[in-house]
Formats: sequence, structure tokens, C-alpha cells
Amino acid sequence: MTAPAIHIRDLRKIYVVSEREAGAIAALQSLVHRRTAEIPAVDGISFDLAPGEMVGFLGPNGAGKTTTLKMLSGLLYPTAGEATVLGYVPSKRDKAYLRQITLVMGQRNQLVWDIPPMDSFELNRAIYRIPPADFRSTLDELTELLDLGPLLRKPVRNLSLGERMKCEIAAALLHRPQVVFLDEPTIGLDVTMQRRIRTFIAEYNRRFGATVLLTSHYMADVEALCRRVIVIHHGKLLFDGDLSNLVQKFTAHKTIVVQLEDCSADLRSYGEVVSCTDGLFTLRVPRAETAHVTERLLADLPVIDLLVEDSPIEEVIERVFAQEGS
Amino acid sequence: MKTLADLYVQQFKTTFASMLQYRASLVIWMIAHVLEPLVYLIVWSTVSSTSGGSVGDYTTREFAAYFIVMMLVNHLTYTWIMYEYEYRIREGALSFALLKPVHPIHSDIADNISSKLITLPGMLLVAVVLAFLFHPAANVAPWAIVASVPALLLAFLLRFLLEWSLAQVAFWTTRVGAINHTYYILVLFLSGQIAPLTLFPSPIQAAAAVLPFRWMIGFPVELLLGRLTPSEALTGLAAQTAWLILALVVVRIVWRAGVRAYSAVGA
Repeated sequence: MTAPAIHIRDLRKIYVVSEREAGAIAALQSLVHRRTAEIPAVDGISFDLAPGEMVGFLGPNGAGKTTTLKMLSGLLYPTAGEATVLGYVPSKRDKAYLRQITLVMGQRNQLVWDIPPMDSFELNRAIYRIPPADFRSTLDELTELLDLGPLLRKPVRNLSLGERMKCEIAAALLHRPQVVFLDEPTIGLDVTMQRRIRTFIAEYNRRFGATVLLTSHYMADVEALCRRVIVIHHGKLLFDGDLSNLVQKFTAHKTIVVQLEDCSADLRSYGEVVSCTDGLFTLRVPRAETAHVTERLLADLPVIDLLVEDSPIEEVIERVFAQEGS
Repeated sequence: MKTLADLYVQQFKTTFASMLQYRASLVIWMIAHVLEPLVYLIVWSTVSSTSGGSVGDYTTREFAAYFIVMMLVNHLTYTWIMYEYEYRIREGALSFALLKPVHPIHSDIADNISSKLITLPGMLLVAVVLAFLFHPAANVAPWAIVASVPALLLAFLLRFLLEWSLAQVAFWTTRVGAINHTYYILVLFLSGQIAPLTLFPSPIQAAAAVLPFRWMIGFPVELLLGRLTPSEALTGLAAQTAWLILALVVVRIVWRAGVRAYSAVGA
């Protein structure tokens, strides 16, 4: 058993924020007496990641995902608990540690806006002290995988969002980090570009054996990349395990799609009718009754086609958070 | 050391490339840097000629020399880091700097030097034109020229480190405008920017001698114009060195505390 690449125990981050009521009187009061509130952004989470593992980190906005990634990359001091990555304590921001990790934030840019990405890459080469030969070969590899060739010499501000994101990712990986933190790397990108980046992340993980912790709002990213998912909500860990188990654990229903001649039939006795268009019914059926209902449908009705599916993962996640929220 | 040199070279290139994208803004910045000393020059020249050709120990033509050299020294030593930092912290751009395995001050120094090298030829040209218009005069000794090289370097580093430390205030408050403004006023009066310090009442001169501002700007100007004795020059270099050491300590302390504050509230 090798040591985990990422190790977190009871990690907590509590933000102290000042708060006041709206209005001028409250504003004056706050001058004299400032009221503060403690907001637990991450409230005692624990998990380990093995070297080379790629894990999806899920949760709604404000769940504590970004806060966790920032603690792991040394940008935030934890309030309590322990975190080690590659044997380092991230908050010490050891130079040797920073050389082995990267954090990609989909909503922020590190590339210099007015000049071509190649110039920013060269700057990163100098900052990370990448030997010229290694820099060449890594850059060639990234250029090929991400199809960067035509982009390298254009000023960043002339690139499209997707092109810029590809260059951002390349800039973040030039020093071949062993641990990669990706915070919403595909946010705002079209489906083709999302797929492109996804394929690339999988390939990087495979080629370099890097440990990857990825947050995304797009379940397609997580489904395609991660066998294991960690779900947090209100700073607490809700689930840590295989994606398929998550679906089983949190979905009591399956979806049956039945193709009939038209929508005139009344299928309410079989299950909850979610929709019907051109005779294509979508039914929600309790998991345990799926086999029985399918049998009945086939026996009773002139079925042209029939398909049994797990609920879409988005729906599952939504339900998980809805349950916890209530 | 070699790797740090590589970093400086790359940062030079990056800054050069970025700045050349905005030639118009370069020119506008230069105009601002010329206008301020030019206004003082014109005011003092007028005052001097109407009061019999001199004020204090400065003749009209010596005022011209003072403000032309002041313009160049100010150009070589000024920074914009206080405004830059506020933006970086507010926009979260500092997070990227903190992720890098190198102290961000290096990029800032390199960036500052390279942007000055770009604009220096223009400023020298302006200085030549002003010299033709205002006929400056000064008694410059060769030793003073030699001594002004370390004096300028120390002045640049001292002003840079001081303003870099002050920029870190943005870690604690998002309202740094008021602090910047107070600082600007202090520099204006106590560094010799608005008028040669010898024209001020003696209490202000005494204050200027113990505060860092004169050592950042006024001292190299006086040295270059041949207004100091060798022993005054040596005392000045010593004062600059002492302030520089203090500034280095302050930078270290403030940076550490600032990063701690930044990391506590959310980067």
C-alpha cells in the first residue's frame, strides 16, 4: 500500500465575515460595534486520494469545493484539521511543493492578456525552472494533444473562450505537475470543446500518472473521467465512492421509456408519467418494481420499443442535495 | 542566481511585448510624467525672474536644471505598484502569483525596470528639448556623476521596496486610495518634488533628513546638480543604505503578514 497522494482529515475552514442589516442606521451602528458571523465553508471533511487517481469533486455552489481546492494548493490556511499532499503541508507553500502541483481555475486567467500564449509559456518556463529540453518536449506534447499549433502566436485577447482555456490548461501543466487541481475547467465552453478538454485530462492522467481532483458543474465531465466521486454539501462530506454506487444509493427510481403509436393511452397505472411526445412516454418507476412494470407494459400494450434507464446523474445529484437541504 | 536572471529576462520580454501593444497609453503616461515637473519648473522660473533672478540659493537657470533632472530621476524611480496591488487582490489575480514557486517581487522589479527602459529614450529626448527652452545651469563635478550612479540605484530600490510594502496594505483594506493619497502628498513635499528642500523652513528640512522620502528622489537630484559636498554625498549614501536595509526587513514582515491575512479571508 503506497502513501496517499492527497490526505485530508477533519479539514475545516471557517470564514469570519462582518454582517449588518441594510440601511443607514445599521451602517452607523456597524462603525461602533461590528458584528461578525462565522461561516463554516468546509466543515470537517476527510478523504484520501491514491497517486494517479482521478476523482470528481461534486457539490452545488457554495458547498466548499473551491475552498477545499484552495486549501490543498496552499492559497488558504485551514482553520483546523490536517491536509498533506505528496507529503507536504500545502499552507507552508514550500517551493518544492508548488513546483509539483497546479491549480486551474476555469473562471480566472493567468495568461498575460495582450501577448501570445507562447510568451506566457516562456515566462512559466523561467518561473518553474524547466530545463529547455523538457520544456520543448512537454510543449510539443501539449500542442499535439490540445491542438494548440495555430494559437501559440496570437495575442490571448484575440482567442475564443475555448481556445484560451486550452492555453490556460497548457500553461498550468508545462512543469508536469504530479498533482492537478481543476476547478470548473470546462465552464462556459461548448459541448465539443468540453469533450476535447475532457479527453485531454484523461490522457494527461494516463501519460503522466498524475493525481487529479476535478470539480465541475457538468456531470458529463465527471461521468467521463471519474470512477470515484466525492460529494460535499454545506461543507460536509455526503458521499465518497463509485459513481455507480452514488446512483444506486440515492435513486429509488428508474426511468422507463416506451414507444407507442401515440400519446392517447393512459399509463398512470404503471408509474409516474413524466412526459409524452409523439407516443414516446417517459415513466418514473420505483427501482424494485422495474421488472414487474416492464413485463406488464409489454403484455398490455402494443409496445414498439422500450428502454430502461437509470435516472440521469444530474437528477440524482439534485435529489441528494434536496434531501440534505430539507 | 542564473535561474533568477532567466526569470528577469523573460519578464523583460513579457513587459516589452505587452507595453508595445499600447503605444498610445505609453505616450499618455509619459506626458503625465513630463507635465508635473514642467508645471513646477514654470512656476519657480517665473517666481525667480520676478524676484530678481533667484529664490534662496537657486537662480532661474538652476531651477530649470533642478526640475529637468528631477523629471528624469522621478521617472527612473517611480512605481505604480500600489494601484496595481489593489487591483490584483480585488480581482484575485494574486492567487496565481502565490501558486508560483518564486517570490512575486522579482516579477514586479523586472516589470518595473523594463517598462522604464522602454520609455527612457523618450524622456531623455524631452529633457533635451526642455534644456533648449529653459537654459539650465549647474556646476557638476565628475566625482558627483560617479557617486550618483549608486545613489540612483539605491533610490530606485528604496522607493520600490517602500511602495511595495505600502501596496501590501491592500491585503487588509480595500480602501487604499486614501492611504495612497496621503503618501503622495508626503512625497511631494518631503522628497523635493514640488520645490528644492533647501527652500523649505528648517524644521521641514530636518524632518526630510530623517524621513526616507528625500533619499528616494531629492538626494540623487542634488548630487547630480553638484549641490552637495563629498561628505554630504557619503552621508546620503549611508542614509540610503540604512533605509534600504530597513525597507527590506519591512517588506519581509509585511509580505508574510499580508499573505497570512489573505489566506485567512479567502484568496
